[in-house]
Amino acid sequence: MINASLKQLSQALAAKQISSVELTQLFLDRINRLNPALNAFVTVDTEKSLNSARAADARIAAGTAGLLTGIPIAQKDIFCAEGWRTTCGSKMLANFVSPYDATVIRKMEGEAGLVSLGKTNMDEFAMGSSNETSYFGPVRNPWDNGRVPGGSSGGSAAAVAARLAPAATGTDTGGSIRQPAALCNLTGLKPTYGVVSRYGMIAFASSLDQAGPMAASAEDCALLLNSMAGYDERDSTSLERPAEDYARDLDKPLAGLRIGLPKEFFGEGCDAEVMAAVRAAIAEYEKLGATTVEISLPNSHLSVPAYYVIAPAEASSNLSRFDGVRYGFRAEDYGNLDDMYMKSRAQGFGAEVKRRIMIGAYVLSHGYYDAYYLQAQRIRRLIANDFVEAFKVCDVIMGPTSPSTAFTLGEKAADPVQMYLSDIYTIAVNLAGLPGMSVPCGFAGGLPVGLQLIGNYFAEAQLLNVAHRYQQACDWHLRRPAGIE
Amino acid sequence: MSLTLEQVQRIAHLARIEVSESEALATQGHLNGIFQLIEQMQAVDTSGVEPMAHAQDLSQRLRDDVVSETDRRAAYQAVAPEVEAGLYLVPKVIE
Repeated sequence: MINASLKQLSQALAAKQISSVELTQLFLDRINRLNPALNAFVTVDTEKSLNSARAADARIAAGTAGLLTGIPIAQKDIFCAEGWRTTCGSKMLANFVSPYDATVIRKMEGEAGLVSLGKTNMDEFAMGSSNETSYFGPVRNPWDNGRVPGGSSGGSAAAVAARLAPAATGTDTGGSIRQPAALCNLTGLKPTYGVVSRYGMIAFASSLDQAGPMAASAEDCALLLNSMAGYDERDSTSLERPAEDYARDLDKPLAGLRIGLPKEFFGEGCDAEVMAAVRAAIAEYEKLGATTVEISLPNSHLSVPAYYVIAPAEASSNLSRFDGVRYGFRAEDYGNLDDMYMKSRAQGFGAEVKRRIMIGAYVLSHGYYDAYYLQAQRIRRLIANDFVEAFKVCDVIMGPTSPSTAFTLGEKAADPVQMYLSDIYTIAVNLAGLPGMSVPCGFAGGLPVGLQLIGNYFAEAQLLNVAHRYQQACDWHLRRPAGIE
Repeated sequence: MSLTLEQVQRIAHLARIEVSESEALATQGHLNGIFQLIEQMQAVDTSGVEPMAHAQDLSQRLRDDVVSETDRRAAYQAVAPEVEAGLYLVPKVIE
C-alpha cells in the first residue's frame, strides 16, 4: 500500500478496501518511525490528520468524494494552513500558527479532500538548494543519509522518497521542486507562472515563485495538479483561464515529438555519469518515436547572475514584513523601535536569508538600481526570448535537471556561489515563467539522476504526457531506496 | 567591484539587520563572492532591450470596491508578539 499510485489508493478507498483513517494512520506510523533519522517533517499533528481522514471517510460513505478524497499528502511548510504551525523553515516563524489557509491548502484539503500528514522541512524561506539553511536542521536523503535531498523542497522530496507520504507539494523559485525531485528519484512539476495561486504561500521572489506537485510518477503529478491549479482572485498574478484536466493527454503517443537539446546544457560542467543517464533517456525517447534537434539558449549562462539580482531584490522587499510587530519573532531586549527591528531580524533570520536580503537592498539602492536591477531584468528578457526562438523548432526541451547527483552534507554549505551553481539548468525556466519537470532517468554511483523537461507556456498536459509515456517504457521512477519496500 | 566593510554595514542598516564586526567581515567575503558572479552581467550589451519585470505581461486587475472580508482582527492579533486593546505595541516613537 505504501508504494501504491494515487489512482490505486483512490480505487482502494472507493472500494472500501481501506479507510482514509487506516491509510492516514499507516503513513503517520511510518513518519513516527522513520522521520527522526530523516528530519523530513517539522510538524506532525496526529489528531488533526485523523480528523481530516474521518471527514474524508464520511464523504466517501456519502458518495460525495472526489478522486483524491481521503488520500494523505505532505505539505511544504511554506503554505499557511489554518491552525497549523507554519514556519517556512525559519526561527522567525517558529511559533507562528497560521490564522488562515493558503489557496493551495483550501483547494487540496478543503475541496479535493486530501488529508494533510503534516508540514515538511525546507530551506529557510525557500532560500537554498540543499535544505541545510533550515532553522530545524538539515534533511537527509533517503538514498544516502550522508547526502542532501536537495532544496528548497527537501523535506517534501525526502518524505515521498522514503514513502512517509504518497505525494507532496513543493514550490519552485529557481529549481526548488525539480532539483530535489532529481536528487531523490521523484517526478516533480513546476507549472507555468500564474497557474497555481500564490495566496497564502509565503513569498520569496514573487515574480518567480510557483507551487507544484512532487510525487512518484507523472500520472500522480497530473492528478495533484488538477487539485492545485485554477484562477484565484486573491492572487493578482493568477491567470484567468478555463479549468484543464492535466491528465487528459497522458497516454498520447509520442510519434513525431520534436525534442530540443540546448547545446549549452550538454557541454562542460555536468557530471559525466549524469550526462550518460540523460543521453540514454533521450535515446529511449527516440525509440518511442521522438526526433531530436540541437538548439541554442545563448544567454542561459547569464541566468544564475541575473537570478541572484532579481530574486534577492524581490526577497528584500517581501521579507521587510518580518519586523517583530504583527507576527513572528521579536527579540527579548531592545531599545528604540529601530533597534527592535534590527535585533529581531538579526536574531530571527539565518545567514543565507540575511545575505540575500542584503544583496537585494544593495541592488535596489540609489545609484546601483540601473547597473544591477534593470540590467538583470533586461537579461531576463533575453533569456525568455531564447526560449521563444527555441520553441519555433521543437515541442519540448530536454537536458539534465542538476549538474550532479546528491552532494554530501556540508559539501557546499560554506560557499554560497558553489551552492547557487547547482541550479544552473533550472533557473532560466523560472525567469522565463515556463513550466518544467524533473523525471527519474537512471542512476550514477547508486544515486538518482533527473531528466529535465521544459515546455512552452501552458504546456503542462503535454509535459506530463511526455513524462508518462517514458514511465510506461522504463521503471526508473519505481526504484526505491534500500529498505523502503 | 568589491564592497568595503563600511558598505556592508550600510547595506545591513538599510536592511534593518544588526551585524557585529565579525559578522560584517564574514558577510563581506560572501557578498563579494556573490557579486563576482553577478558581475558577469556587465559584459552584456542590453541597449534597446525592454526590462522584463514579470513572466506574464498583464496589467493589474481591478475589482469592485465592495466589502469582501469578514472582521478577523482577534485571530490575526493572536499571533502578534505584543498587543493591547486591539493595538500592536512597539517602543515609543514620539516623546
